[in-house]
Amino acid sequence: MGSITFIEHDGAEHAVEIETGKSLMQIAMNNGVPGIDADCGGEAACGTCHVIVDGDWIAATGKAGDEELQMLDMTPDRAPTSRLACQIIATDAMDGLVARLPEFQM
Amino acid sequence: MNRTCIVIGASHAAAQLTTSLRQEGWEGDILVIGDEPHLPYHRPPLSKAFLSGEKTAESLPIRPAAFYQKNDIQFRQGRVTAINRDQQTLTLVGGGGESEQLSYDKLALCTGARVRKVELPGSDLDGIHYLRDMADAESIKRSVAEGQHAVIIGGGYVGLETAASLRQLGMQVTLLERGPRILGRVTALEVSEFYHRVHTESGVCIHTHVPVAGFSGNGRVQKVVCADGTEFPAHLVVVGVGVMPNTELAEMAGLNVDSGIVVDEGCRTNDQNIVAAGDCANQLNRLYGCRIRLESVPNATEQAKIAAASVCGKSSASEFLPWFWSDQYNLKLQIAGLSQGYDQLVIRGDRFTGRSFAAFYFKEGRLIAADCVNRPQEYLLSKRIIAQNLAVQPDRFADESVPVKELLLADSPVLVTVGGCSQTA
Repeated sequence: MGSITFIEHDGAEHAVEIETGKSLMQIAMNNGVPGIDADCGGEAACGTCHVIVDGDWIAATGKAGDEELQMLDMTPDRAPTSRLACQIIATDAMDGLVARLPEFQM
Repeated sequence: MNRTCIVIGASHAAAQLTTSLRQEGWEGDILVIGDEPHLPYHRPPLSKAFLSGEKTAESLPIRPAAFYQKNDIQFRQGRVTAINRDQQTLTLVGGGGESEQLSYDKLALCTGARVRKVELPGSDLDGIHYLRDMADAESIKRSVAEGQHAVIIGGGYVGLETAASLRQLGMQVTLLERGPRILGRVTALEVSEFYHRVHTESGVCIHTHVPVAGFSGNGRVQKVVCADGTEFPAHLVVVGVGVMPNTELAEMAGLNVDSGIVVDEGCRTNDQNIVAAGDCANQLNRLYGCRIRLESVPNATEQAKIAAASVCGKSSASEFLPWFWSDQYNLKLQIAGLSQGYDQLVIRGDRFTGRSFAAFYFKEGRLIAADCVNRPQEYLLSKRIIAQNLAVQPDRFADESVPVKELLLADSPVLVTVGGCSQTA
């Protein structure tokens, strides 16, 4: 079992165990990572689980889909590797992945 | 000295409140009392993906048991029947009927709301369902029979989502609404017409102006009988005519209640040791300048965080923008704000033949709400405009040649006055 690290905007780090097959949003919820509330429960309806995937890890997570992009496009904190955590399904290949949280969720 | 915070209710607000308590540094005991045999779970899918079978019960918990164990958050099943504020105790009646007294230092009321039941001839027949919790949804699922008739009573969001799910499961669905249109209490006529069309195109028979008079059947419901004598065959009936807040416990304890447990900006009741959050709470919304009680997951989550901070002696408040969503068929409706009291409606997109449009509600030229169907960008833009109280030009919103982002002028000034609000709980 590997781990994923969520880094809050203030720098606080949360290294959590990968749960293969679960979304990064659910993994953050399961570990009480502050800043990811998952208001809609993972329906890509709320935009409150925006994360910025660190560096080359975007190759492992894949890029945002159309609907997701439309939402991400509206946040001022958008970065080239922005994703909605509810739309990333964890795999073992994500061991070591770092996801940064924006200052504000949408 | 160890201190105890007891949370009454075990749904969305409780899940967040307990988590936030630990994040805010609460080191004492945390006990959650709920009347269902489940850890807090996502309720919105009950009428949507759970009912239609796309989601399983295993996918519903908000957080897993391991999370609560790790954070030393205890759960007990039972019902609280009384609160003694002077003694700081409560009476818990367990599943077997045994009763005991528990002491608290801080108490959080997350008692939620319960469905409004109809009391009509035959309303106790088998096959007549409501939809609020997992047991309700499972019971409806067991009654689903392809090709058979389902009658939905009430054309609000729960009724419409249930109609869509039952259609997807192959039932013949009739929806009866006593008012002149579906979604009559919550959206503009134009949005009601859109949903009426989509449901009709999907095979749901919608009848408006139809008050139900009763039900007939032999032990099990067979027909829904309307006030004008019309009868609709029914293998299954789902009643969705609203909810009411669970405030009796608070009322008996002498807390201020006014169509919801009255709380201040910190979600504190008039007892310094008791907070309330979620569907049961009535709070001043600072953006709209009025007291409201919201039936909404995001609101429950937001209030729970603030209530947790208050329990920990911290001061916290929010400028929460109410928002909601509803999934029906392939339509994702995202609602920003509260539309009550609007004086101008601007439609963007084709609501007559398409499946994607947005309805913007303005009051005195200010955007106060938006209903966005398959329009996530318009939704997020509306959230920002309303939350930041930005000035915009309403007429431009109808012009699809103007990209969404450009609806917000680069120099949109922030409006200074706070709009009043005609919303009542």
